[in-house]
Amino acid sequence: MESVIERIHKGHFSHFHGGIHPPEQKFLTCTKPIASAQIPEQLTIPVRQHIGQAGDIIVAVGDKVLKGQALSASDSPMQLPVHAPTSGTISAIKASVIPHPSGLSETCIIMKPDGEDTWCKRKICPDYELLSKGQILEKIANAGIAGMGGAGFPTQVKVGTLAKIEYLIINAAECEPYITADDLLIQEHSPTVLDGIKILDHLLAPKNILIGIEDNKSKAIDTLKKATADIEHIHVCVIPTKYPSGGEKQLIKILTDQEVPSGVLPSSLGIVMQNVATCFAIADAVINDTPLIKRVVTVSGQALEKPQNTWALIGTPVGFLTQNCGYKNKQHKHLIMGGPMMGFSLSNDQIPVIKSTNCILAPSEEEIASPYSTGTKEVECIRCGQCADVCPAQLLPQELQWSAKAKDQQQLTNLNLFDCIECGACAYVCPSQIPLVHYYRVGKAEIRQQKLLDIKAEKAKVRFEARKKRLEREKIARAEKHKKAAEARKARMNSGTSEAKTEKSAVAAALARVKAKKAQSSTDKNASPQESGNEQVSDQKSQVANAIARAKAKKLAQKAQLTDVQTPKNDSDTTKVDTKEASAKPKSENAPVTDKKAKVAAAIAKAKAKKLQQAKKTDDSVAKLPETKTDNDVNAALTDVKETAASPAQDKKSKVAAAVAKAKQKAKAKADAKAKTDNPVELTAKSQAKSATAKKEASPTPVEVIEVVEVVEESDSISAELPKQSAAELKKAKIAATVAKAKQKAKAKAATKNKTEKPTDLSSDETDDSISKKQEKPTSNNDNSANKELTAPVTKNSIKAKAAKLTKAPKQSAEELKKAKIAAAVSKAKANAKAKKLAKQSQTESNSENSEQKDDAKANEASASEIKKARIAAAVAKAKAKKLAADATKSQTSE
Amino acid sequence: MAFWIASSPHNHEQSETSGLMRLVIYATIPGIFAQWYFFGWGNLIHISMAIITALVAEFSILSLRGKKIRPQLLDGSAILTAVLLGISLPALAPWWVTIIGSLFAIVIVKQLYGGLGHNPFNPAMAAYVMLLISFPVQMTQWQPPLSLLAIDLQFSDTLSLIFSGYTPQGYSVEQIRTHVDGFTMATPLDTVKTNITLGLTVVESMESPVIGKHFGIGWEWMNVGFLLGGLFLLTKKAIHWTTPLSFLSSLFICSFIAFILSPDSSASTMFHWFTGATMLGAFFILTDPVSGATSVKGRLVFGALAGLLVYLIRKFGGYPDAVAFAVLLCNMAAPLIDQYTRPRTYGHNVGVKK
Ligand code: SF4
Ligand code: SF4
Repeated sequence: MESVIERIHKGHFSHFHGGIHPPEQKFLTCTKPIASAQIPEQLTIPVRQHIGQAGDIIVAVGDKVLKGQALSASDSPMQLPVHAPTSGTISAIKASVIPHPSGLSETCIIMKPDGEDTWCKRKICPDYELLSKGQILEKIANAGIAGMGGAGFPTQVKVGTLAKIEYLIINAAECEPYITADDLLIQEHSPTVLDGIKILDHLLAPKNILIGIEDNKSKAIDTLKKATADIEHIHVCVIPTKYPSGGEKQLIKILTDQEVPSGVLPSSLGIVMQNVATCFAIADAVINDTPLIKRVVTVSGQALEKPQNTWALIGTPVGFLTQNCGYKNKQHKHLIMGGPMMGFSLSNDQIPVIKSTNCILAPSEEEIASPYSTGTKEVECIRCGQCADVCPAQLLPQELQWSAKAKDQQQLTNLNLFDCIECGACAYVCPSQIPLVHYYRVGKAEIRQQKLLDIKAEKAKVRFEARKKRLEREKIARAEKHKKAAEARKARMNSGTSEAKTEKSAVAAALARVKAKKAQSSTDKNASPQESGNEQVSDQKSQVANAIARAKAKKLAQKAQLTDVQTPKNDSDTTKVDTKEASAKPKSENAPVTDKKAKVAAAIAKAKAKKLQQAKKTDDSVAKLPETKTDNDVNAALTDVKETAASPAQDKKSKVAAAVAKAKQKAKAKADAKAKTDNPVELTAKSQAKSATAKKEASPTPVEVIEVVEVVEESDSISAELPKQSAAELKKAKIAATVAKAKQKAKAKAATKNKTEKPTDLSSDETDDSISKKQEKPTSNNDNSANKELTAPVTKNSIKAKAAKLTKAPKQSAEELKKAKIAAAVSKAKANAKAKKLAKQSQTESNSENSEQKDDAKANEASASEIKKARIAAAVAKAKAKKLAADATKSQTSE
Repeated sequence: MAFWIASSPHNHEQSETSGLMRLVIYATIPGIFAQWYFFGWGNLIHISMAIITALVAEFSILSLRGKKIRPQLLDGSAILTAVLLGISLPALAPWWVTIIGSLFAIVIVKQLYGGLGHNPFNPAMAAYVMLLISFPVQMTQWQPPLSLLAIDLQFSDTLSLIFSGYTPQGYSVEQIRTHVDGFTMATPLDTVKTNITLGLTVVESMESPVIGKHFGIGWEWMNVGFLLGGLFLLTKKAIHWTTPLSFLSSLFICSFIAFILSPDSSASTMFHWFTGATMLGAFFILTDPVSGATSVKGRLVFGALAGLLVYLIRKFGGYPDAVAFAVLLCNMAAPLIDQYTRPRTYGHNVGVKK
């Protein structure tokens, strides 16, 4: 296979795909010499004229500068300085329209030339070979040289590459139809251009230097050939004229038959390309120490009287150049910077010439019709494929166009929109006159925009995720902290300090109370058997029965919880029936039986109440008030049961009736604790006062509220009766009160933590003792306390509520206390009735119940003084409470 | 005083779609002339009717769609469609066939798909196939060349035949199609096909009067006319050379292979080239850019596929000529072909090439 060089010598070049042959207009300017530079009134020097960042401005407004003096400094390779094109004064530094397709404004240094054109000091360096590569590169960088073919890529970056260079390509193709700047530069300044090439040769040491030049520049070709004849590795490659052979990638393809992979710099293939004008500037900079302050610009177009190439100082307004060339288009000014294929329209003629400006085109209307004068002729794409035929990047312009119109960014990317070099060949040939390149520019801009947005969205997402993680972490940390705090508390409690004791005792008290409550039902039963002393067996039996009953009650309660509102009604109905039964034999010998039953029922009721309490734990204080009541009732139950047993039949009857209502009330209070208020009840209570019992008898399915009212009424009447009852009963009540108080104190103490001075005063010595005992007996079992800790917060709440309530308790009259007791008893009675019903279901149960009844009867008869009984019962209850609190089963106190 | 701002490129080749269309229309003239010379006024009448109908239809649809009417109406695409349809129809087909055909072509095939540039099918051919399927009797009443007719067919006679079905002398289309010897004359393709099914060899069928000296009286010259027009278009670069070339060579190769395999039952390659609508299809229909493939490779595949299909349908299909069917089938395949024949973008997959 022939080598690239052989092929070039034979004049065989490879081809890039597509390409067009727009009408040549070079004859307008190619025969005229380059006019020398004129100094305009004002120079506008954009600080950024290349691809990269602007240099830092080092002059201030009002400064006098000399020609060639740097106006900005750079400290990175992608920053390039700009220089004063002539001597003069800096008149302003402000944003001004820069030459860019978008018509953007950027910072510019405005300069007023003084007309002297005095140079700053220069250091001529006749022999560049004495300089090191670094020095040359520095000179190039300091001269502010950027690619002068159009793109404006910083030259020292390009030639400072470390890659091994095989081909240095000098681009003299100049394929745009009008531009002759490079052509003329070669014709007139070939020695300097050659010097530039040699400097690059020195820097890059390429194997071959290829000068690509289109075959329509015969004079320039001759000059170049003559100049390079004695240099062996410089080859002048005369390539066929075709647009856009001056494109970097296209020229590489033509000369070396290599394709630059998409998204890769040519240097990776060992190729560096430089423009002719850039070579000239390099030579000027290195040898003459002249920064890039002027360049050759083709001022062409049929709207000019004398189109020509001219040297133009960087910063010269375009209008100045066109005026010098005799611009006659007065009506419709249309100025294009760059060639007709890739140039861009200027919005005014004060836009300055910059380093990459190679042409100013002032076309006449016949020459290049503006869409503004003719209106767009765009019609639908007919898929003729001509655009694809000419596309040098081998894209499918028609499909791109379609996707661009549809804003299908995905498809645009798939079709390699970003490989489009915007050469304009496709739009040039399109018979439908679709401004294809315009669509691509818009499409590219949109995709870039989208990418920015995507990046933003991505960042936002990351931020969000981070936040989520942080919150998660914090949550865990919090949980950890709580755990630690709990552990610390535990440790503290076991540490034995006084503080720990207080805490412990608080917890212990709470525990004790809870246990006591649990134990009460059994304590009730235990009271009488223990009195009789030798009837432990039957006691146990009764306990078993109790347990069964409770279990059943619990089941029922669970059901009740499920069927929320209806359940209370059902309960009341059954209770009513029971009540009737009970009232059917008022004075019978079965009274003790009923009594016993009442106890069982009390247990059931309590169980229910507890269940409900648990369900309503979260409720507010309103919900807790009934709870407290219940507790009161429960506490009082002990004595009340006996009281009930001893009291006359009528009393019982009424009590039972009250119980029905009370139970209902409780149930209701718990079912909708919030809704419940005492006031309405009392109001209705007054209105219904007289016919309370009668109504109750009369209406089997009364409205609940009314019933509740009746309950209140009845319990009131009962309590009114109470004073008439026997002294024994009074005593009993007192004892019960003491018990209750003792408990209240315990609670209050637990809640208020040793602040319970008042309750202590009010309570009897006995209870004091028991409390102190409780305090002294810490919960020895750590596990136990730990377990209870979980429930502690909840219980504490309720304890507080109770404490609040209970502090009021001492102020309450004995009557009220009694009332509460009676209510409790009533509820027990009701529960008892229910239990009876349940008991009927199994014989064993009924048997055991019978025995219980007997026990109870005996107990009742045997007991000489009921006061004593009550006391003992209370004591037992306390003992049990203590026992359970201490979690010790063996150490039973023998009281 | 405003400066103009325009997007690059600022100059343009000055070619226009309408100019392209006009060029194609001009290029049909030699073929139409041959058609007129050998078959009389029939097709010219159909062409004019089709053009009028097409323009009216285009106008109504464009105004309904609220599009700019003038530029689109005059872009020549509707006229071209009408001309192509008029050429393809049997010369003596009744007038309403043309009307229905052009309406269908413009309204349904072209505009309902979004107008010029969006129609997936070649409107003329789609209309032709629709007519052939809907009105098989009218669409197969091929008029034999004038030289074979027993009666002299003047312009007025043709006009009256098209509009009333009878000449002023009272001849029906059927009678006109009857040879002096008493048999109904068909197209050369038809004749050969029928003869082969009758057990005759191709050589024997070539003796049929409709075929004449070469490949069919009139038909050969018509094809030559379209070939000339096509070559003119090629020199003008109005059409791309790829499709006609690949189509004709594909047809050539197919018929050649068949001819080698069984010379008795296969018509010669040249017969395939110069009868029926081969040249019309090659240069005027398959090259329709809108419904064809776009890349060079794609066009080659597209043309080759069309050639193969034409041959297969001519040989094995139920209809005498196959260009219309083949074109429609290829139109369907075009997007797929495009999809798989995307050119390699500069700088992409460079390694594959090396
Ligand atoms: S402008 Fe882009 S799409 Fe059009 S021919 Fe040039 S490279 Fe191809
Ligand atoms: S040249 Fe224009 S009309 Fe033809 S395919 Fe390309 S975009 Fe469509």
